[in-house]
Amino acid sequence: MAGHEETVYDALDQAHGGEGQWAFGTGFDDPLAGVDTAVPDGVDASDLGAYCLMLGDDALVLSQRLTEWVTRAPELEEEVALANCALDLLGQARLLLARAGTCGVLGRSRSAATGSIPDEDALAYFRESEEFVNHHLVEVDGGDFAATMVRLLAASAYRLALFARLRDSRDPVLAAIAAKGVPELTYHRDYAARWVLRLGDGTTESHRRTVEAVDALWPLLADLPAATAVEARLAAAGIAVDPCVVDGEVRDVLSTVLEQATLEVPPWPTPRPSPGRAGSHTPGFDELLATLQGLAREHPAATW
Amino acid sequence: MRPDPRVVAEAIVDPELPMLTLADLGVLRDVRTEDGTVVVEITPTYSGCPALGVMRADLVHALHRAGWADVDVRTVLSPAWSSDWISAEGRRKLLLGGIAPPGAAPARPAGPVPLQLSPTRRGAACPQCGSGDTEELSEFGATACKALRRCRSCREPFEHFKEI
Repeated sequence: MAGHEETVYDALDQAHGGEGQWAFGTGFDDPLAGVDTAVPDGVDASDLGAYCLMLGDDALVLSQRLTEWVTRAPELEEEVALANCALDLLGQARLLLARAGTCGVLGRSRSAATGSIPDEDALAYFRESEEFVNHHLVEVDGGDFAATMVRLLAASAYRLALFARLRDSRDPVLAAIAAKGVPELTYHRDYAARWVLRLGDGTTESHRRTVEAVDALWPLLADLPAATAVEARLAAAGIAVDPCVVDGEVRDVLSTVLEQATLEVPPWPTPRPSPGRAGSHTPGFDELLATLQGLAREHPAATW
Repeated sequence: MRPDPRVVAEAIVDPELPMLTLADLGVLRDVRTEDGTVVVEITPTYSGCPALGVMRADLVHALHRAGWADVDVRTVLSPAWSSDWISAEGRRKLLLGGIAPPGAAPARPAGPVPLQLSPTRRGAACPQCGSGDTEELSEFGATACKALRRCRSCREPFEHFKEI
């Protein structure tokens, strides 16, 4: 027809299949397009891919939990803030899952997904529960607003400490993803810390809820410091950060915030191998995955 | 004679900040031709910024229309984009569009990132009346890159492009 491709919409539609179904945010293409994704010398590609899945799944699952607040946060500003943190984490997850894909770590997801689905989507939507390797800290039910903020504080303090060191990773892709993530994780952590201060040092009710949130979440911190065999090998090779290295820093951050929030710092739990990193998850995780994956599985070629 | 691909690419506008070109925003890293293919390097602003895919499609389309059949848009992740890369012209256009431009981005030294428990103190003059007496309403705005502020002099709310 005359004037075809004349409007911005037509142009975008043409670039995405030309079926008149393009919408903002649906033009997902490879987030690593054009990036040199060669695996550094002396590094096992399957180790690097497995590590990217760990970091990617932590981000993807926490992003999903934060997104649950959209349309039901206590104030519009906080809803926007939580959605903003979720979007940053989703972006980090896309980069990391795409990186895992370039390392050939796709598990059963690739055979379950149709060929046109990019690796990062196959990994997000077509893995089963036991193939996800995120920590329990990011997957447990978000609970109330206090629990959401205590969890966001702990998870982002841990992730920021890792990412700050990963900027020096010998894998240039991982180093670049980390350098990009550091400013984002800094404002996630500090935003959550300020809310924990207000809630802990707030009303009797907000204090009570924050104490409950801390008590419920604290045992999950046991999973964070113990390195898996993959992390230990990659840390020795200068690719990964051994999580035990950041444990002291994470404890300092959490203690500082809790003390200022007039909250008691519970005893630190004895570290244990992370069940989540081994693919074992809490009962509510299946429901989270059903929400995350339902649409993609029912309509693998969906457009809208 | 096909138009210079750099001129074509630099004129594409940001889908969320249409007063800015990609050149103004500082996300266009390089435009060059390699054996007849136009290679464009762009960098994302935030990890999850949904505008990147649209920028990519706009670049390909505009260069096709300009007669360049082979276009390769590559993502460059490092060094990470900073709001310091917004050009002087870009800052002027933001201000004209009612958005307070960013100040200098905070330094990102190596090593652990210190905790900041007091609210981020950002100064931004009102883009409407120019008063420096403004306050932050929300650290998070309609897009990842903007905060919401209000002018205490003219009482108008306005957006502020955050320093990152």
